[in-house]
Amino acid sequence: MSATAAAVPAETTSRRSAWTLLKATGPAGIAAAVIILLATLVAIFGPLLAPYDPTLSDLSLSWVAPTGGHLLGFDGQGRDLLSRLLVGARTSILGPLAVVILCMTAGTIIAVTAAWRRGAVDAAISSGIDIMFAFPGILLAVLAASVFGAGLLAAAVALAIAYTPYVARVLRGAALKERSQQYVSALEVQGASATSICMRHLVPNMFPLIVAQSTILFGYAMVDLAAISFLGLGVQPPNPDWGVMISENQSGIVQGYPLSALLPGLCIVLVVVAFNVLGERLFEQAQKARQ
Amino acid sequence: MSASPAGATTTWGVRPNAPLLEVEGLTVRLPVEGSLRDVLRDVTFGIRPGEALGLVGESGSGKSMTARAIDRLLPEGALVEGAVRFEGGDVGSLAGGDLRTYRGRVAMIFQDPRAHVNPVRRIGDFMTEALRTNQGVPTSTAERRAVHMLAQVGIEDGARRLRQYPHELSGGLLQRVMIAAALLTEPRLLLADEPTTALDVTTQAEVMAILNDLRREFDLAMLFITHDLELAAAICDRTVVMYAGQIVEVRSASLLHGDPLHPYTAALAAARPDIGRTARRLRAIPGRPLSAFEAPPGECAFAPRCPHVADECRRGVPGIVELDGGRSRCVRAKELRGKLGVADDG
Amino acid sequence: MLLASLLVASFVIFAAMYLAPGNPIAALTGGRSIPPDSIKILEARYHLNEPFLVQYWYWLKNVLHGNLGISITLRENVSTLIASRIWTTAGLVLYASIIILLIGIGLGVVSGLRTGPFDTSTLVVTAVSAAIPAFVAAIFLILVFAVKLGWFPALGNGTSFLDNVRHFTLPAFALAVSSLAIVARVTRASVREEAGREHVQTAVSRGIPTRQVVRRHILRNAAIPVTTISGITVASLIALAAVVEVAFSLNGLGAFLVGSAQSKDLAVVQGISLVLVTAFVVVNVLVDVLYAVLDPRVSLGSRAE
Repeated sequence: MSATAAAVPAETTSRRSAWTLLKATGPAGIAAAVIILLATLVAIFGPLLAPYDPTLSDLSLSWVAPTGGHLLGFDGQGRDLLSRLLVGARTSILGPLAVVILCMTAGTIIAVTAAWRRGAVDAAISSGIDIMFAFPGILLAVLAASVFGAGLLAAAVALAIAYTPYVARVLRGAALKERSQQYVSALEVQGASATSICMRHLVPNMFPLIVAQSTILFGYAMVDLAAISFLGLGVQPPNPDWGVMISENQSGIVQGYPLSALLPGLCIVLVVVAFNVLGERLFEQAQKARQ
Repeated sequence: MSASPAGATTTWGVRPNAPLLEVEGLTVRLPVEGSLRDVLRDVTFGIRPGEALGLVGESGSGKSMTARAIDRLLPEGALVEGAVRFEGGDVGSLAGGDLRTYRGRVAMIFQDPRAHVNPVRRIGDFMTEALRTNQGVPTSTAERRAVHMLAQVGIEDGARRLRQYPHELSGGLLQRVMIAAALLTEPRLLLADEPTTALDVTTQAEVMAILNDLRREFDLAMLFITHDLELAAAICDRTVVMYAGQIVEVRSASLLHGDPLHPYTAALAAARPDIGRTARRLRAIPGRPLSAFEAPPGECAFAPRCPHVADECRRGVPGIVELDGGRSRCVRAKELRGKLGVADDG
Repeated sequence: MLLASLLVASFVIFAAMYLAPGNPIAALTGGRSIPPDSIKILEARYHLNEPFLVQYWYWLKNVLHGNLGISITLRENVSTLIASRIWTTAGLVLYASIIILLIGIGLGVVSGLRTGPFDTSTLVVTAVSAAIPAFVAAIFLILVFAVKLGWFPALGNGTSFLDNVRHFTLPAFALAVSSLAIVARVTRASVREEAGREHVQTAVSRGIPTRQVVRRHILRNAAIPVTTISGITVASLIALAAVVEVAFSLNGLGAFLVGSAQSKDLAVVQGISLVLVTAFVVVNVLVDVLYAVLDPRVSLGSRAE
């Protein structure tokens, strides 16, 4: 990025580059993006799309195979499987979204602060980042559950805290590189404040990397949150979260009714694959943009 | 068509005139993003035993590719036409043990020593690997020879150096190690691909001196690749100039600067600032150096940038003209004879 | 540096008592009501009437002496409870690590050294399996190999050592699936990158036979990033094992941890968390040591990012 880039308002650069970024990820990336879009729509409109009440339970219909208007049959508690899947998308997808927003924000702030101040502040923050690495996400979530009680909020916050050091480390490198660009000193000399330079130029120029990192992180968050719900420490039954559904219907497998446990699993895998594929390709684009 | 040029002007005593290395009509195409790109076009030259041949050109001229073709280091999928012969035998058809033997007789040293030496293995391992693997020399003997060779390149505490890792040595030292390692297999021909470009000027001079001395001592033939015409003139007997994947001039090194046979060589010589001359302005060649695949088809590759260009230059790719002991790929070579020399600016 | 991590982690684990709504007593009892005598015992053991940092000091001292407190639900020493379960978890993690290293690295090396259909299919397979969380893999494996094919049992620890291995196979694979994919991908990328490096060209130009070039220059150098990712992956297994233990009803630390979290038995949760975090740090230290051994350019304690 030469000094001429500073002449172009950073906001325009970000908007244009979002679309070009996507196009550059190739057919696999675009397919992944489509899947993600569909999943997001289902997450938002799930309850409206669901043909039946996902919590309506009729034990006499336990494990019944797909019949009549029930495209996917019933789960172990006699509830319509399709409806539960559609509504379950909400927590399964919005949960990780919250995690990603939290830790990307925190991570960006930490990384940019460390990169901007450099010197002792950077050293202190870097050490802090290294130290915090010792806590695996799931462990922190379990700890949070035992203190605050099981629930999505505690789990999501715990995961966000656990991921933040990793994000901060990745972003710090890029932030340092941006910091040492010439346009930054040019702006400083002109009297622009640190906050305004960071917000209007530094961070937007890291945009490709931030987007790529968020996408990859979403996959991790989704897997971890679903695992926590599976363990009974996240989303609680009877909420139709996909992780919860797997745990509830696991007994069906040995009894010969695998569908209600398998399908939520498949949904998770599909969405996570999409995020991984898109994230990887975005990451490649971000690397290219930095060179 | 034999590739040995007539009438070399050196007199080192009786030398067999049979060439050590013959390159004949070498054409190389590389697959890039689905299509085949020309990299070398009809390259022909020879090197006699003990002779130092300079290969000069700018980036994209194909000089490195030529060395790689000779050493069978071309990337996968490369299409090669023409022939490379070493001591009479065809190099292209060598395989297995024969190829390994060939690699022992032709050694190559590279431009950036730090990238070309494995950073996780010790210097001793690096130097003796070829000896131990290909010639079955026991480690102690190989190390003794390595220490001796290190002394020859000016590194006195060889035994200590052998235990060190590459990152503990400076660039200049590492390049000397690379030279010493290359000479351990007692090659007949040394391919030196810009060995001093990555070094600072003082170290450059040292390494050049070492190369020169060793070459004479071991009676080595050398192909010295560089973008610097004067550097080539300093230690080579003859110089080959390349442009856009083709040879444009072959000339005895001492004559090349003052009496070039091709406008490109003249331009190269004139563009280099000379501390002994006063110039009012540095003469740059307009435009940029072309690679072989960028050259306009059906005409002289240098035509777009040549100060002496004429209509006949655009009528076809020029052939080689033999002149006064040298060769030139300029259609107007005979006309421009004597007028291409370096004159004072102004 | 990692010791500092451990210290900070232990502090966080300890401080969890105070983060809960209500007082530490409530956190320790999980909201249960207990007789006043028991409350006094708790106060004494945790030195709850002293300043915060002093409490931490006493707690830490106890921990280092192997005293991890008493489980409020099972009325036994936490240390004893942990000791009886630790081998299950350790065995599971070990089994899964072997699978990951053998298959993951093996796959990565083979597909890194060649191009073509094998490589492309590896990429696709790893892309998908990287997205399969351990518990999804678990139910799939149970369905196919336990229920349909009946090759392996679906639940439980098993009795003898060999029986253990049989019982642990499906869980180990479930645990290994997604990590295996990541290791394979990184290995493949590293091998690819090393194969394209200039020093490999130097070796080739000196006539070193291909097999030796691959072994001594490509693989040896690629071992550096591969070791790092393998270490990170194995370390992550430590926490992930909990999910698999629950899915397969294995009597390990992870399952115990989850159960204790649900019943709000804080002392147990703290104890197990400490053990797991320590294991995590130890693995990371080992990786650092290995890294310094493999790469002479690096001094101990620093790991390139």
